[in-house]
Amino acid sequence: MTIDTGELTEIEQDALAEIANMGVSRAANSLRQMVGEQVLLSVPSVKIVTREAASKLVERNNAKKLVAVQQSFEGPFAGRALLIFPEAQSLELVRSIVVDEHTLEDVIDLEQEALAETGNIILNGCLATIANVLHRTMRMSLPSIVRGDGAALFEVEGPASGGQFVLFLYIDFNIKRRDVHGFIALLMDLPSIAALKAIVNDFIHAIEKHTPGHVG
Amino acid sequence: MQYKVLIVDDSKLARMVMASAFRRIRPEWILVEAVNADEALAAVSGGTVDIALIDFNMPGIDGLELAARIRKTHPDMPVAVVSANVQTEIIGRARELNAGFVPKPLTDESLAAFLSGATLRLKKPTS
Repeated sequence: MTIDTGELTEIEQDALAEIANMGVSRAANSLRQMVGEQVLLSVPSVKIVTREAASKLVERNNAKKLVAVQQSFEGPFAGRALLIFPEAQSLELVRSIVVDEHTLEDVIDLEQEALAETGNIILNGCLATIANVLHRTMRMSLPSIVRGDGAALFEVEGPASGGQFVLFLYIDFNIKRRDVHGFIALLMDLPSIAALKAIVNDFIHAIEKHTPGHVG
Repeated sequence: MQYKVLIVDDSKLARMVMASAFRRIRPEWILVEAVNADEALAAVSGGTVDIALIDFNMPGIDGLELAARIRKTHPDMPVAVVSANVQTEIIGRARELNAGFVPKPLTDESLAAFLSGATLRLKKPTS
């Protein structure tokens, strides 16, 4: 299913995973503050796969009905960041955030807005850390909610086509004692992968030359 | 005084960043690297490691569990958990283990602060 990672060298892949891990770990702390419970994270995974393969990866272990908050980002490289849950769990997440005494009706009313706001905080936190580590600036779109299966989330049927290769970075998270799990995914198209490779290589070389100050 | 520091991180990049910081702030210290808990425990059991810096989010045994295992045999070794995961529970568990916490992205300042404390601790006669 995962074709290969031939486009990335071992150190590039390592660097992307480590940088994404920093972004998501920082963002997890924002989520932790919102839900009042510890958020557990998996080890990050970095792959170059087709859109279609990426869409299958997000369906793994999940019902096909997914809900995602997505934001596009632009800068030296561009792509989309998504916070994804099985649909049934998004309500539980909202409930964790808005405190339990709300009725189910209230929670359903709030769901869209609360999800967008939660996604905004988490995805911005994640991307801001990545941008800071790489010393780059990124612009983020407003959050939007997408519902459907993996193919709908990753626009497999869209103009980009399912066979197109993307850089796919994801980390699972679980909210302890809340039976809420989901994941954060970053998706970048090929031109962005090339730009990102160049930036990551600058970053690696800066470390090797022991540039003074705040490296990584 | 020259100390031997064990850097434990599954990411090569993270180990490079750490080594780079040491070249600036403690260039004379000796660094040894481990990519997982097993390698780290083997290095520590050799008896020559003075200080350990341990990544939290690693495949298999995580950094807190590794710190706990090191504590069993080396109650006085200065140890820090290094992570961008700044959740209260993670920092709290590090404290319970009498371990420091150094946030990622790593800065020279935060690493130097931990190392200064570690140096003081190593100079004191062991209990």
